[in-house]
Amino acid sequence: MNAYEEEANVMEVLLVEDSPGDVRLMQEAFRINQSIHLNVATDGVEAMAFLRRERLHARAPRPNIILLDLNLPKMDGREVLARIKADDRLRMIPIVILTTSEEESDVMRSYQLHANCYLTKPVQLDSFETCVRGISDFWLTKVKLPQQGQS
Amino acid sequence: MPIEVLLVEDSPGDVRLTREAFREANGAIHLNVAYDGVEAMAFLRKTGKHVNAPRPDLILLDLNLPKMDGREVLAHIKDDESLRLIPTVILTTSDAEADIAKSYQLQANCYLSKPVQLDAFESLVKSINDFWLVKVKLPPQQAKS
Repeated sequence: MNAYEEEANVMEVLLVEDSPGDVRLMQEAFRINQSIHLNVATDGVEAMAFLRRERLHARAPRPNIILLDLNLPKMDGREVLARIKADDRLRMIPIVILTTSEEESDVMRSYQLHANCYLTKPVQLDSFETCVRGISDFWLTKVKLPQQGQS
Repeated sequence: MPIEVLLVEDSPGDVRLTREAFREANGAIHLNVAYDGVEAMAFLRKTGKHVNAPRPDLILLDLNLPKMDGREVLAHIKDDESLRLIPTVILTTSDAEADIAKSYQLQANCYLSKPVQLDAFESLVKSINDFWLVKVKLPPQQAKS
């Protein structure tokens, strides 16, 4: 157990997102809630390193929830999803797909890979903010998330 | 086309509350009810008297059920190639860490604790509607078998 895991009241969110603008919007949307700590990985390789606590992420907290874009550099979000759900230590972390793709094949495939839910990122700013608030309201205040657990 | 929701719940009082809360939240919802785990599986597999059952767009699943417990129902759903795509929301009185962890391990889509107070319960059902039946992109309906 590291120092992060002892802070049972902090909710650790991992955002996997390569667009700096979208990252910024999310940071602002989540800032309002003091008990949320937002971690960001900007590509699929970094996301996996964070989750597996490799290299410079050796002391990374285990997220309570993951927000995952599908279109990412280095390792695509579809592959990240598959890897997480294939890993016994990681598969219980809920994954919210948040992506621009509206392709039926992406939606289907994500659910087949056990994504917890799939949301399409709105293009317009205010709709995007509403969408992020909706995610935060539902997943971070109402849903019971798994506790950060085992290393 | 109504939105088909399957509620798996053994308490008639909670069934009634849920039905009313959904009716308030969204007129397009058709709420189907199974009162135990065996009936839930029969509904989903379209066997016996459920041969013409609609495929649900969303499942709300209590954990503590007679005949077949909700944890087992969840495992069956997520093991089944065609059923696993249906988002399954655990809606139960238990807030035990072990139940939460186990449900997510079994790939429940999310876990919600049933509030005791009426207005909180109604508000939660509304949130379920607003998030899962309005915002979320649900898996495309497959061809009915």
